[in-house]
This record gives sequence, structure tokens and C-alpha cells, in this order.
Amino acid sequence: MEDILLLEAIERYLSGTMLPAEKEYFEQLRKNTPEIDQMVVEHKLFLQQMDQFSERRNLRNALHEVHNDLVSKGDIYEGGEISTKGRVVQLWNKYRRVTAIAACIAGITALLISGLFTYFSPAANKSSIEQLTRKVSTLENAQKALNSEIKNKQHVNIPKEEFKSAGTGFLIDGKGYIVTNAHVLTGTGAVVVSNKGDQYDAKIINIDQIHDLAILKIDDSDYKPFSYLPYSIKKSGVDLGEELFTLGYPRDEIVYNMGYLSAESGYDGDTSSCQISLSANPGNSGGPVFNKNGEIVGVLSAKQTQAEGVVFAIKAKGLYKMVDDLKQSDTSLQKMKMPSSTSLKGMNRIDQIKELQNYVFIIKAYNQK
Amino acid sequence: MKPEINEQLLLKGLVNNDSKAIDTIYKDNFNMVQAFILNNNGTYDDARDIFQEAMITLYEKAKSESFVLTSQIKTYVYSVCRRLWLKRLQQMGRYVPQLEGFEETIAVEDDVEIHEKKNADFAIMERALGSLGEPCKSLIEAYYIHKKGMADIAEEFGYTNADNAKNQKYKCLVRLKKLFFSQYNIGE
Repeated sequence: MEDILLLEAIERYLSGTMLPAEKEYFEQLRKNTPEIDQMVVEHKLFLQQMDQFSERRNLRNALHEVHNDLVSKGDIYEGGEISTKGRVVQLWNKYRRVTAIAACIAGITALLISGLFTYFSPAANKSSIEQLTRKVSTLENAQKALNSEIKNKQHVNIPKEEFKSAGTGFLIDGKGYIVTNAHVLTGTGAVVVSNKGDQYDAKIINIDQIHDLAILKIDDSDYKPFSYLPYSIKKSGVDLGEELFTLGYPRDEIVYNMGYLSAESGYDGDTSSCQISLSANPGNSGGPVFNKNGEIVGVLSAKQTQAEGVVFAIKAKGLYKMVDDLKQSDTSLQKMKMPSSTSLKGMNRIDQIKELQNYVFIIKAYNQK
Repeated sequence: MKPEINEQLLLKGLVNNDSKAIDTIYKDNFNMVQAFILNNNGTYDDARDIFQEAMITLYEKAKSESFVLTSQIKTYVYSVCRRLWLKRLQQMGRYVPQLEGFEETIAVEDDVEIHEKKNADFAIMERALGSLGEPCKSLIEAYYIHKKGMADIAEEFGYTNADNAKNQKYKCLVRLKKLFFSQYNIGE
């Protein structure tokens, strides 16, 4: 009971509601009794705490009210209470990083799979054969070199020319008749370059686009005709598995390649050509295909783009047919004579090549300016 | 200069518990803070909590005599929220590499610390009140928090007269003080 009376007195003292006389007495009491003094200080602290506490509580309530008020007015938007849209937004905000990563992975996977598909699935038929002519860009350097060489030789009548494509060709008559593919001759004229680097002008005698064959004639005073050719051109067919080889110019130097007859018909069942398994590159077009006796059995023309080592050659029979047709239509070609005997039989391959490379030429087609 | 004067007025209103001022500050700043919290793994409830804590911090800051407005209210509130949320995330044991936010911030670490110290004190008071039991709790709250007069309280609680109510209140107060100081001293 005494405590309570004291507490009441302290509270009244602190709130300043004591009468002056009472206050004076109380202050005296405080001075004399440290316990009471301590109680006053303690109670003052407590009341301060209480005050702040109530202040804080009121503020919190006010904030709550304002918040709810604003939510109901629609100034503040809070997820689920209004509609499910908010939840979606919330989920989106929460998981958008994960979503972005997942989307990236999905995208990359999709690209990868579609890439693999296009890479491995068979392409349309038309594009599956690649003609083995070399492109102009690879020729530019060679052309520059040649031009400077020509200047050195003071060859005046060389036309200014722009090379279009290049391939390989070979002599079928020592007088300068050369066979190559029709698709090699994309321009209006051609020059031929021998294995030794000598360049000669050539005239296009005939182009047979259907059989992809063409005949050129070297028309140059520098050319010294061969009195005979060491190889023959074989009329009869070749047997499956027979060893074959070719010489050609996929680069500016002669390149030898070896393979075998892998099918008696060519692309898409074409009986005028055959399939050979050997590695060929752009620039090999028009090159001769020899059998082991050094007889020409075909003219290399194309390769299958999706399969490595599948090359097609036009059978030599087609050459005879074209030459025969030409002889009938053009009397000036009556004297043309195809070689019919080979002198390379039984020689080893190295010697055969040494002999044969003199008769295989680079064919460069150009557009006259 | 006008916006600054406006902000001063708003803060004055906040200190005086003017609901219009509170409303305005709330409306102007809440959405920004909510977007920030939601963007950084928080929920709507988190946003509400954090923002109200920041409002209280602002209130305490504005109330103190040494207060000078050195930045916009927006910047201050955003900075406090950012700080509080970072702390909350750390408490939850989440690794926070970088909080996403585009607003400028100012240093509010001290204010936040003072605020949290006060929060701890109030938690003690809350606990003490809670363990007081009825009707003591309501009686104390009616007198000290709602600032009701003794006569009203006597009527409300059913005491025969104000003196009896007053006696009862003092009894409760003695108990409350005991409870409070036992915790508070430990806290010190």
C-alpha cells in the first residue's frame, strides 16, 4: 500500500501536478532518501519508454490504416487480394532470372538440333553434285603471276582477260586437240597451261552441254605438236573394282590421285558415266581417268557433295561419239585422229605419270574484255 | 525551392501524426519500394513490412531535434528500405550478390541501427505487457497508451469509482515495471 502511495506521488511529481508546497517537501525527501531518488529516476525512464511505446504503436496503427486505405482505393497494388494477375507478376518477378536462363538453354539446344538436322539430313538432289571447277578467287594470284610472266616474254597479242574458272584437260590428238568438261568453259575463250608452265591460246571447237564435254584446239605458234600420244582412249567399258588413277590441277601444280571403279553407272543411274571412288577437288574437272595400263577410260566431271570420295566420270565411249559427230559436221576436223595404242603397259606408275603429265593441261576460261 | 518546402511540411505533418501527410508520403513512395522488394526475392508482405519500418525510421529522424533534411524523402526512404532488406536477407541466410535497384542511395546505417535498438526496447515492453495478463494489460493500455481519464476507465472496466481503478492501475504498474526492468537491465 505504501509503495502504491509513493508511486502515485512520483507520478504526480513527474507530471507536474503537485502543489508547490507538496513539491518542495517531495524534493527534500528525494534529496535525503537515495532510494526514493532512484525510484523517481527509474520511473521517469519507464514513463519515457511507455510514451515512446504508445507513440510507436499509434504510428503503426496509422500506417496500417493508410496502407489498407490505399489498397482499397487502388493506389497500391497487392497481389492476390485483387486478382490472380498479381500472383503471376510476383511469380514472374521471382523467377524471371531462372526463366531467362532456361530460355537461353532451350534456344541454344533448338539451334543445335536444327543445325545437326540440316547437317546430316540428305539435301535436295540438285545440290548434291558439285562440279569440280575451281573458283576465280583461287586463281587471282596465278593470273597475276602469269600476266607478269607473259609480259616478260613480250607476248604482245595476249588479250586482256578475266579468268572465270579453271579445270583440267588432256590431249586427244598431238596436233593440239584437248578434251575437257563443258562446264569448265564458262567464258568466251580459253588458255591452256602445260605442266611446265607454258601458256598457249586455245580455240573452242565444240561444246556439248548435254554430255558435259568440250574440245579445244591449241592455236598458238609457240606450240610444238606431239607426233604421237603414249596413251590410247579405251572404247570398251571398265570392270567394277578396277584400279584407276587421275591427273589434274586442283592447284597450279599437277596432282595425282588413285582409286577404283565403284559403280558402272553414274549419278542417278546415268549410264554414260560411271562412279569412281577417289578423292577429287575443284579443279579436277575434265581430267583424264586412266586404268593401270595408262589407257584413258573416262573424263572426271563431278563429285557427290555429301559423300567423301564419290566422284563421277564420263565414259570414254562418249568421247568417240562426240568426235565422230564432229568429223561428220566439220570437214576441217577430218584429219583429227584419236590415239589407239598405249605404250605405257607394264610400266610402273611413277614412270607412267612422268610420261603422262606432259599431256595434261590446266584449262582457264576467260571473258574477253 | 517549392518541392523542398513541401517536403518539410510533409515531415512536420508526419511528426504531428497528421494522417493526410502520412497518406501523401505513403502514396508517393510505396510503389517504388514495393517494386524494389519484389525484384529482389521479396513478397508483398515483405514490402509492406519494410516500407512501414522505413516510415517509422523517417518519423523518428524527423522528430529528433537535430534533424536536418539533407536529401529528398524518396531517397531517404529508399536507402533505409534497401539497408533493411539487405539485413533481412542476410538474416534469412540468403546469399545476396547484388541488390537490384536503380535509385541513388545515401548513408543511413546509423539511423537504421538506432531504429533497431528502439525496436528491441519496444519488444521488451510488448513482452512485459503481454505477460501481465488481463485486466492489467488493458487497464495500463487505456491509461498510458490511449491516455484515457481515470473516471472513464472506471466506467469502462466496471470499477465502482475512479479511486479504486487508480489503485488497481498502480498495482498493475508495479508489476509491469518489475517485468520490464528485469528484461531491460539484461538487455543493457
